Amino acid sequence: MTLVIGSFTIGLILSILSIGVFISFRILHFCDITVDGSITLGASVAAVLLVQGHSPLAATLAATAAGALAGFVTGVLHTRFRIQEILSGILVMTALYSVNLRVMGRSNVPLLDTRDIAAPLGGILSVMAGDGEALMLAGWRVPIHDVAMLLTAFMMTAAVAFMLHRFLLTQFGTAMRATGENPQMIRAQGIDNRNMLIFGLACSNGLVGMAGALLAQYQGFADVQMGIGMIVWGLASIIIGEALVGKAGPGFAIVGAMMGTVLFRLLVAIALRWGLDPNDLKMVTALFVFAALVLPRYGKDLGRKLMGGRRHA
Amino acid sequence: MLKIRNLCKTFFAGTPNQVNALRDIDLDIEEGCFAAIIGTNGSGKSTLLNAVAGAFQVDEGVIELDGVDIARQPEYQRARQVGRVFQNPFAGTAAGMSIAENIALAMRRGRRQGLRRAVGSKVREEIQSRVRTLDMGLEDRLDNAIGTLSGGQRQALTLLMATWRRPKLLLLDEHTAALDPKSAGQVAALTKEIIQRENLTALMVTHSMEQAVQLSDHIVMMHKGQIIEQYGAECKASVRVADLLNAFDRVRRRELLDPDVADLLARQYA
Ligand SMILES: Nc1ncnc2c1ncn2[C@@H]1O[C@H](COP(=O)(O)OP(=O)(O)OP(=O)(O)O)[C@@H](O)[C@H]1O
Ligand SMILES: [Mg+2]
Repeated sequence: MTLVIGSFTIGLILSILSIGVFISFRILHFCDITVDGSITLGASVAAVLLVQGHSPLAATLAATAAGALAGFVTGVLHTRFRIQEILSGILVMTALYSVNLRVMGRSNVPLLDTRDIAAPLGGILSVMAGDGEALMLAGWRVPIHDVAMLLTAFMMTAAVAFMLHRFLLTQFGTAMRATGENPQMIRAQGIDNRNMLIFGLACSNGLVGMAGALLAQYQGFADVQMGIGMIVWGLASIIIGEALVGKAGPGFAIVGAMMGTVLFRLLVAIALRWGLDPNDLKMVTALFVFAALVLPRYGKDLGRKLMGGRRHA
Repeated sequence: MLKIRNLCKTFFAGTPNQVNALRDIDLDIEEGCFAAIIGTNGSGKSTLLNAVAGAFQVDEGVIELDGVDIARQPEYQRARQVGRVFQNPFAGTAAGMSIAENIALAMRRGRRQGLRRAVGSKVREEIQSRVRTLDMGLEDRLDNAIGTLSGGQRQALTLLMATWRRPKLLLLDEHTAALDPKSAGQVAALTKEIIQRENLTALMVTHSMEQAVQLSDHIVMMHKGQIIEQYGAECKASVRVADLLNAFDRVRRRELLDPDVADLLARQYA
């Protein structure tokens, strides 16, 4: 039970990351590797602020802002200094490694005895549960704090998803979507596509930073290594989500990204339980994304061959 | 209205691949004039339109629109006064977004994009009634992705979008060239109708001399980055396709002559 709750919680927290990656990868059509650095940036900023005794909410918001700043820099590198998109992301990600070490002052900040963002809800729950330490859920004893964290993660993810969906349907949001689809068209509508891209990358990495802050609070530490491979994780989740719910409109895509993340986390937990070596996890994830990107193409070719179509004759 | 002076653009300057795409172009287009640009492949027609639209910075020259030099403005800023339809039917719209969303963007061309809903009920009604006038049955498919439409339908919508807020100048770059004859005819007719109704100033590149003769008030003929012939309003009425072909022939003959003349000069002065 703890395993399930834990996977769900991490899944929900990482949903915010996936939604961020969804903005850059699917909406802006920009493959943004900054993510690996900005999630750690969010975690470090939040951890340091929490240790200094700031409120969890303030720490999380500061982490979001820090992530947004990282995305802003990537966007500026790409649009103003004409650096290729992947390279812009790599530069910022690499620089962030040092920034994160500077922010934390060392490679790892543990969060002992600090309040986290789930504390208020935990307080309410324990009052409702008669001041206990644990709740009984379906016959299992579950620590109240875990339940509170799960619910908090869920509410934040839902709020982010809801707000993003609303935003994408506004005038500004449609302009952002069109920027990713056809920059030429958006310029012809009198909108500066470069600034739009910078703004979108800032939003994207802001959410990633927020996910980092929540992750640090959940795991109880921030670590300079924690971001490695996160972009691939996000992509995997988006791809699973698209397989689950399709791509019909931004609403579906956002919900899909959330579902994909949680499902992927559950699969990982099960795989680890069955004896997958944690060291192999990133390899397996990369292979998964590779397969998910390539298989549909072969599937189509195969289908075409079976139908007797010869478009590439 | 549109006043172009000494416009020059060289691509790959100083390399063996140097292309003098625009050489010292002077052009005046009156308010409300519909000008057609014709010329051989690679003569610089698209480059001229792109220069006016701001797709790149020109090397030299003045582009005055309504008395303001826009030659140094970025493309998106010029787009507030300049509407465009491209040759490629995919270029003017965002394929994955709905018809309504695409048009809603064009309705706010040059205005601030705020945090209101892009397609509210009022906007939707307005879109519906204007799209109905196209008579293509699209008014019932406003929520379909624009990428699911045919090239002709997309081009008609792009034209509608480019002229939704009356542009000071409309640029059309062979916007019917990629369409089948029937759709091309429809879009050409729509172009004429909109330009007449709104009394727009327009610059249209076309390879069809018939289109040029029938639709426009002013014909500009380009060759190798220069304007070689113009038929303004006064003589345009009497111009026929045959005259244009003759003009092209003259150019061609002059070209054939060129190497010989060069040879002669070389021998004389060597
Ligand atoms: N962006 C560019 N970079 C380099 N060269 C270019 C560019 N755009 C145009 N050219 C060159 O400038 C010349 C004029 O091209 P342009 O596209 O204006 O011709 P056009 O008159 O529109 O021809 P067509 O009828 O084939 O469309 C060509 O030699 C072309 O190769
Ligand atoms: Mg051309």
